[in-house]
Amino acid sequence: MTHARHAAIVHLGVAAGLFLLQFVLPPFHHGMVARVMVLAAFAIGYNILLGYTGLMSLGHAMFFAAGMYGTGLTVYYLGFGAGEAFLAGVLAGVVLAAIVGAITLRTSGVSFLIVTMMFAQVFFLSILYFNRVTGGDQGFNLSGRLAPFALAGFVAPFSHPAVKYNLAFTIFVACLAANLWLIRSPVGRVLIAIRENDDRTRMLGYDTFRYKWFSLVISGALSGAAGSMYTLLFSYVGATFASILYSIYPLLWTLLGGVGTALGPLVGTGAMTYLIDKTSEYTPGYLIVVGLALVLIILKFPTGIMGGVRSRWWKWLP
Amino acid sequence: MSLDLGQLVLALLEGLTSGSIIALTALGLSLVFGVMRIVNVAHGEFYMIGAVTAWYVSTATGSFPAALLVAPLVAGGVALAAERLVLRPLEYKPEATIVATIGMLYIIQQAVLSIYGPEARAVVAPVAFTIEFPWFGYSGYKLVVAGLAALLLLATWLLITKTTLGLYMRATQQDREIAQTFGVPVHRIYAASFALGAVLAAGAGVLIVPVQQAHYLMGLDALLLSFMVVIVGGLGSLKGTVVAAFLIGLIDGLVSVLFSPPLARIVASLLVALVLVFRTRGLFGEQTA
Repeated sequence: MTHARHAAIVHLGVAAGLFLLQFVLPPFHHGMVARVMVLAAFAIGYNILLGYTGLMSLGHAMFFAAGMYGTGLTVYYLGFGAGEAFLAGVLAGVVLAAIVGAITLRTSGVSFLIVTMMFAQVFFLSILYFNRVTGGDQGFNLSGRLAPFALAGFVAPFSHPAVKYNLAFTIFVACLAANLWLIRSPVGRVLIAIRENDDRTRMLGYDTFRYKWFSLVISGALSGAAGSMYTLLFSYVGATFASILYSIYPLLWTLLGGVGTALGPLVGTGAMTYLIDKTSEYTPGYLIVVGLALVLIILKFPTGIMGGVRSRWWKWLP
Repeated sequence: MSLDLGQLVLALLEGLTSGSIIALTALGLSLVFGVMRIVNVAHGEFYMIGAVTAWYVSTATGSFPAALLVAPLVAGGVALAAERLVLRPLEYKPEATIVATIGMLYIIQQAVLSIYGPEARAVVAPVAFTIEFPWFGYSGYKLVVAGLAALLLLATWLLITKTTLGLYMRATQQDREIAQTFGVPVHRIYAASFALGAVLAAGAGVLIVPVQQAHYLMGLDALLLSFMVVIVGGLGSLKGTVVAAFLIGLIDGLVSVLFSPPLARIVASLLVALVLVFRTRGLFGEQTA
């Protein structure tokens, strides 16, 4: 079991490193890394489906946004506290994934991609259409409506840098742990078998539809949790996060970091977020790096960064 | 929500115009999918290149016909380069090419944003006359659009059914390997199909620009509409594509007059997604292997 121990050391090391980073980072990067960790949690959710089940979705923005609106709307209209609102966000992601999954998983491959994209588009257009409730394009702000964060006598608003960083860290580590636990579990093994060969897995007697549905629900839950946390930490809900760009981002982050690697989403999200931030200083057309990255990765590095690390050095990396 | 005769005529005319533009754009997407078995997510950007190039050419030369000639060539050139540099090295694998064409979408769109800017710019219609109906006056240019689009559709149909290139394309669509065995230069047919798809989209972009203005983000809407048409018409079926385009154009025209356009789009997207799930061949589709 020495490989399992190696893997445990690497992942605990990464988590410890991220935790300690908050004490040395200057304010700008402190905020950036907090944002990266929340978005990486979203990418981990995406990677469960793409990396470990072999299903490429182009509609994950709807699950992230479901988390956002599930949390944002309940705080805004029902006066929920952060804890309840977070659960509402996760629940919104789960329910949406369960419904969408039951329909879209009847297709596979390219059709699955297009159908998920269409459903996400319906979700996005609905947010714009019901703008009296959702605020449409402008979105809405939660500041002043959300009770501050309180834990064991420590009380501070969610916008406080230390609260922001450590909650982002918590959601990231929780999603990473869920990912590692899932792929070691018997269910996870079946998912990986489906990724390798759906037909053969079905021949072996597994109801692959149910496993894929389960994988999509978990993926929706993690994406929803990330969206919910994003809203709590940044106090903002907006339709942009439901647009097609936010379905493409998790795909790009996962591909860049390494499809089917547990740390890939973090690496890809971090690299891409910093790259986009740097490029936006030079040109209004900064999203061109998204395009260039996608084309270059798929042409030259289809296994991504952590996939490369795994094939070259650390063969045991999960 | 009553519908008088005037509204009905208006909706039909609008549907005819938008249907012909959608048909042209979607035909390109369908052709590329049929022959190459790839979904080109960057297809809407060729439509946008057509419109933007039309603005440049008609502003520089003052001639709309020049724009109609040059813009499709520019888009075709971009498509040939993309096919050679990106799609061919990927061996046209379905999911890899989708990722790559998403990348191409952003490269083209953001490059145009950097060069052309974020403004929407109008192009003056080459002909300006009004047809007087009892209820309203209707822009004659829109009917010219429908006529020109019909001509281009007819030309494409002749190309596919009557020429050697078309024969090769149909052979490749049916069975790539057998076509290759019989000496069809499959790689060149792929390149030609991809370029032809871009040319059709760009042609539609030029025709629409006097009505709609050229903007760097106009490609996404064209892409989503084309997806709907191709799904409803049956993936890879050319006849189905044209029928579905006019159907969707007419329905869109009618529903937008009766209800609000956003709601129409929501319902349409949902219905189309369900068509793809429950009737993979589309409503009019032939069996596609």
